[in-house]
Order: sequence, then C-alpha cells, then structure tokens
Amino acid sequence: MAKLTLADLRKMREEKQKALDMRDASNKDIQVIVGMGTCGIAAGAKETFTSLIDTLTQKGLTNVLVRQTGCMGLCHSEPTVEVVAPGMPTVIYGHVDAATAKDIVEKHIVGHELIEGKILDKPSVDIVKNA
Amino acid sequence: MAYESYVLVCGGTACCSGGGDKIVEAFARELESAGLKEKVQVVTTGCLGFCEQGPIVKILPQGTFYVQVREDDVKEIVAEHLVKGRVVQRLCYDPEQAKKLVAEANIPFYQKQYRIVLRNCGVIDPEKIEDYIARDGYKAIEKVLFEMTPEQVVEEMLKSGLRGRGGAGFPTGMKWKFAQQQPKGQKYMVCNADEGDPGAYMDRSTLEGDPHSILEAMTIAGYAIGASKGFIYIRAEYPLAIHRLQVAIGQARELGLLGDDILGSGFSFDIELRFGAGAFVCGEETALLQSIEGNRGMPKPRPPFPAVKGLWGRPTVINNVETLANIPVIINKGAEWFSKIGTATTKGTKVFALTGKVNNSGLIEVPMGTTLREIIFDIGGGIRGGHQFKAAQTGGPSGGIIPPQFLDTPIDYESLAKIGSIMGSGGLIVMDETDCVVDIAKFYLDFTVDESCGKCAPCRIGGRKLLNYLKKITDGRGTEQDIKDMEAICDAMNKASLCGLGQTASNPVRSTLRYFMDEYMEHIKDKKCRSGKCSKLIQYKIDPAKCKGCTMCARKCPAGAISGTVKNPHVIDPAKCVKCGACEATCKFGAISHG
Repeated sequence: MAKLTLADLRKMREEKQKALDMRDASNKDIQVIVGMGTCGIAAGAKETFTSLIDTLTQKGLTNVLVRQTGCMGLCHSEPTVEVVAPGMPTVIYGHVDAATAKDIVEKHIVGHELIEGKILDKPSVDIVKNA
Repeated sequence: MAYESYVLVCGGTACCSGGGDKIVEAFARELESAGLKEKVQVVTTGCLGFCEQGPIVKILPQGTFYVQVREDDVKEIVAEHLVKGRVVQRLCYDPEQAKKLVAEANIPFYQKQYRIVLRNCGVIDPEKIEDYIARDGYKAIEKVLFEMTPEQVVEEMLKSGLRGRGGAGFPTGMKWKFAQQQPKGQKYMVCNADEGDPGAYMDRSTLEGDPHSILEAMTIAGYAIGASKGFIYIRAEYPLAIHRLQVAIGQARELGLLGDDILGSGFSFDIELRFGAGAFVCGEETALLQSIEGNRGMPKPRPPFPAVKGLWGRPTVINNVETLANIPVIINKGAEWFSKIGTATTKGTKVFALTGKVNNSGLIEVPMGTTLREIIFDIGGGIRGGHQFKAAQTGGPSGGIIPPQFLDTPIDYESLAKIGSIMGSGGLIVMDETDCVVDIAKFYLDFTVDESCGKCAPCRIGGRKLLNYLKKITDGRGTEQDIKDMEAICDAMNKASLCGLGQTASNPVRSTLRYFMDEYMEHIKDKKCRSGKCSKLIQYKIDPAKCKGCTMCARKCPAGAISGTVKNPHVIDPAKCVKCGACEATCKFGAISHG
C-alpha cells in the first residue's frame, strides 16, 4: 500500500466505517468475534478459534467471518466469543471451549437458537457507555 | 425453525437459590400452553451480575429486564409480553420507584463503567489498522498536524487535567511543557510499558487490544515536544503485546502514518521497541532510560528530570501506556469534555485489573471518583464463595491495604494517598477473611527485596530488615519491640530511598500496621493467625469426644505425628506435625480442627 495523504486517510476512514456499520465484509453477514488477548489465549482461545473455523468449513458456511479481538474485560469467563448475526440478538458467550465453539456454529448460526448456560450477555454495548 | 424471542434466565448461584430453576420450568410450561414453544427459546445464562435484585429475567431482542421474578409472575410475562408484546411494568427494574424503566441501558447499575482507554479493546481486530481507522483512529493526528501548533497541543493537555496513570499522577501536560521549552535539537518520546505490579495487566491488555492508539498518541506527543524519535519500553514476557505492536508499527509505516513526512505535513516521527528483561525497578523512569541506553537498570537522582536531561542526555518525555491511550480521545473530543469526567483533582477514568477473591475478575474502566464498593460489589459481583470482604490492595508493592471502612471513599490520587495507599498503575486485589494481612505484607516485601536494585542503602538494607521482622512475626517469634523497629525502618526507607521503589516499598507494612494492628498483636502475643494462613501458628487438635478411633488420620499423616489405638481417641504430637491439614481433610467425624 502506498503512503497516505490526508485525503486518502479520510476516504479510507469513511469507507471502513461504512463497512463496519453494515457488518458486511465481502458478503459475510455473520460475525463471530473471539477475544484473543493473553487472558483468552491462556484459557484456550486458539482451540476455540480452530474449532470455529473447522466446523464452518465442515458445514460449508461461507457467510461467516471469524475475527479476533483483544480482551473484552471478562477475564473470569475466558475464552469469550461474541456472535453478531442478523435476526438474532447479539450475544457474548463465555467459557467457550472447542465443543461449545462447535455448538455456536451448529446451534446458534445454523439453528438460530441460543446455547444453554453459556451466555454472558453483552456488557460492552448495552451496558457500558463507550466514549 | 427459527425463534423469534429469547428468554434469558440468570443461572448465577444467587438467582438459582432464589428460585431461578423453577422459573425456567415455569416458562417452559407456560410457553407450551400458549403455543409459543417453537417461537420462544428459554436459556439459562451465566450470572447477569445483579444478584441483589434476583432472580433476573431478560427478554431478547427487546432487551427488557425483569427483576425479582417469582414463579407466579411467569404466566403474566408470557401472556402479556410474549403473546401481546406489552411490557410488564411492575416487574421492570426501578431503583427509585418512580419512572418505570424498561431498557437495560437505562439501569444505573450497569453504567458504572466508562470506556475511554479501553474504547477499542474487545471491539476491533488489533492486527488490522483499518479497524482502528474506522473507529476514528488517526483522526487526532490529522487534527494535531494540520490544525494545531505544538503549543496548542500542550495547552490542550494542561486544560484536560490528564495525570500520569503510571501511579504518581504527575500532570501530563506539565511534563510535555517542560520538554517543549527545552532548546530545539534531538528529543525523545518514550512509552513506559514495563508493567510489573503483581496482578496488574491493564497495559498489556491495552497494547494487545488496541496497539495503534499508543502509536498515535506517541506521535502526537512527539509533535508537541519536538521529538522525532520514540521508544516503547516493553517487557519481553509480553510476547503477544510485542507481536501486535510490531504488526501495528509495520502497518503504520507502510501507510505513512509513521516515518518521514507524515500525511504530507512535513513532520517526521518513528517508533522502535526496546525490550526489558522484567526487572521491576526498570518501571522507574530514570532506571528505564538507563536500560534503553544499554546500561544496568538503576535509578539516578532527580533533578535533572528526564524532561530536561533524559535519554542520552537529551530532553525526554516518558508516559505510561494508559496515559497515552487517553490522548487521541482528548484531542478528538476536546479538553473540556475530558475535564468534566472524574473528580475535582483527578480527571478522566481509571482502568483496574480486578483480581483476587472477587466473583467477576477482569478488566474494568470507571470514572475517577467511583467508590471501591461500586467496583468490588457492583461491577465485580462481590466476594467469591460467600466470604467476607476484608481488604483491598491497590498500587501493588508500592501501595497499601484498604480496610472495609473506606469502601465508600471515591477513588482519586489524593483520596487514596490520604488513606495510606496509592492509585498505582491499577492493580486491585480483593482479599477476604481467609487472607492474613501480615502474610500479605510479607509477600510484597519479599517481592520488593527481590526487585531492589541495591544502589541505595535504605532500600537494600531496610527492605531486607523489614522482611526479616515479618518472617519472625509470622513464625510466632515476634515481639512488641519489633513493631516499633519496623515503624522506624518504614519511616527511614520512605524518606531516604533514592527512587520510588524504595520510598514506597514500606507502604504495605505501614498500611497494615495502621489498620490491622490487632492482627499483628495476635500473631505476637497470642501466637495466633486468625486466617490460618501462617502455618507455623496453626495447631491441629483431635476432639476426643468426637474421635471414633478409626485410625484413618494416623494412616494419612505423612509425618507420623498421630498416635492412638483402634477404637480409642487419637492424639497429634505438635512437635512432629507439619501442618499439612491431611488429617482434617480425611476425618469423617469432624473430630479434627485447627486454630
């Protein structure tokens, strides 16, 4: 990528903002976001991540974007996974091991049902005021 | 099959004991008879963190939040809310019995956190610069480079009231001003990412979750003070944070957001990483500079302050990670906005790594002036396992221990100093009645004795002597004179040590002596540790009335300290006992106790 001018940076910000708002990165309308700070990784977030990718590949689902992010602050329940899917409430799951990750794909994404006992709710959006 | 609504029932311990499981059953029953079984899913969740109003039920997607729900209420919720779409007002959370609120976002309980520093953590992909840019990233640098003079930037920082989050709380704008006023020439901007307090991980998480915010802030600082070069001093045991910083620096250079002529403004700035080997003293700014220069990390007397004579003798500003993470937001939203958050003397927010005996350990950010009670009991969900709150420790080895009577003190730099602790970098360790304060003081002294660089005598010798006294007391050999000696040493260390490490190393001892003298006296006079932590003061005893003579304990005892014959009460020989507790754990009759 070439060096940005001021105009380039502003254009880029506008475009990326739209993409983020539409939550539509290259025809993927569902986002699965894995907390991968040191706390998450120590609790097994890498296995969770792999399990998500494997299950999605197995099911042939191409409309799901799996992203990583930093610590969500819920260190007591790592690994944490946030699922944003149209028509479903946005949910954060806690203690997501490889098996739960498989459930997220099979039950939440395919079956449109929430997973029993793993929901942490959504403090970072509903609850916490962002600057 | 697709569900249209979801009923979340809190499955936390408190709610379950309040009848949460019955509520789940009731919902299943009522939904079935209303013919909604296929349309509404009932799910048990983890603790929703509002135990005093439990059991809690939340209906999604509307986000309606019902509190103190009884089994009998379920029928009404199903008939009114789920069938007819009407909120059951009488069950909604309502703190003042006034206006009935429906949305969870309106509940003050949940609004105690306020994210400035952690604005992007857990939201963006830290390895994608585009994600950061989309959330107003590098917007502050635009404003600074094209619309503001360096003097205006410093003025803005001064007006904002931002103070150093590394612990000491020196006004950031002032630091910048000193460096700016130095004659032109090579100057340096340094980020202190040498986070070393036990139990603290705010800076690590910020760097891992939002590395670009630090790069942007350092560039702003560089512009303000006239530095073209920045260093991030980070400890080598943070490999993920280092990796993400390296990725971020690479991306920023590629896009021309670091390097020569940033965005065509004519201003050039670049950042390099320097790795620390984990010495605690290198978090002290003069020792940190020594370490960057390749020397042994030892503090130097100040003045001259680094802002005048720092790295390689040149004017240098050193800011902590959390301080820096505030800066782009202050530039974007303005000093006035920032100065409205917090208390009279301390503006903005503070990130805490909440750990110890608390239910929801984690990373939190609250406005200054929030009380410890709000942090520990509201956000942290209270003490784990139904234990009692005994004390909170802030500021790590340089901080103090805060007893329950100060739970309602609004937190800022001054209020914490007044009660004998410090803000520190943000470690907050919660303790319950199973923790011994003398043992805690010993733990911290052990740490500072290990980490003292040894350059000055008060810290090197004083720390060791304090530790020896504490060991003596926890071993049951302490005297009342020891307390007097300890107080004198604390005072000397505080007054005569060269750097912050030695000056504050006695804080854990001073604060425990101040608030928990009765426990010290118990150790000394009664040879007793009420928490049972000091193993040398524990005595195991067999109650002859309860002992059935089953011989289980004698067989389990690794030291051969228990004797007795079958069907007759056994006896423990205190001289042989190693206080492992195996006998107590194995006794089926509750005949063995310790105290």
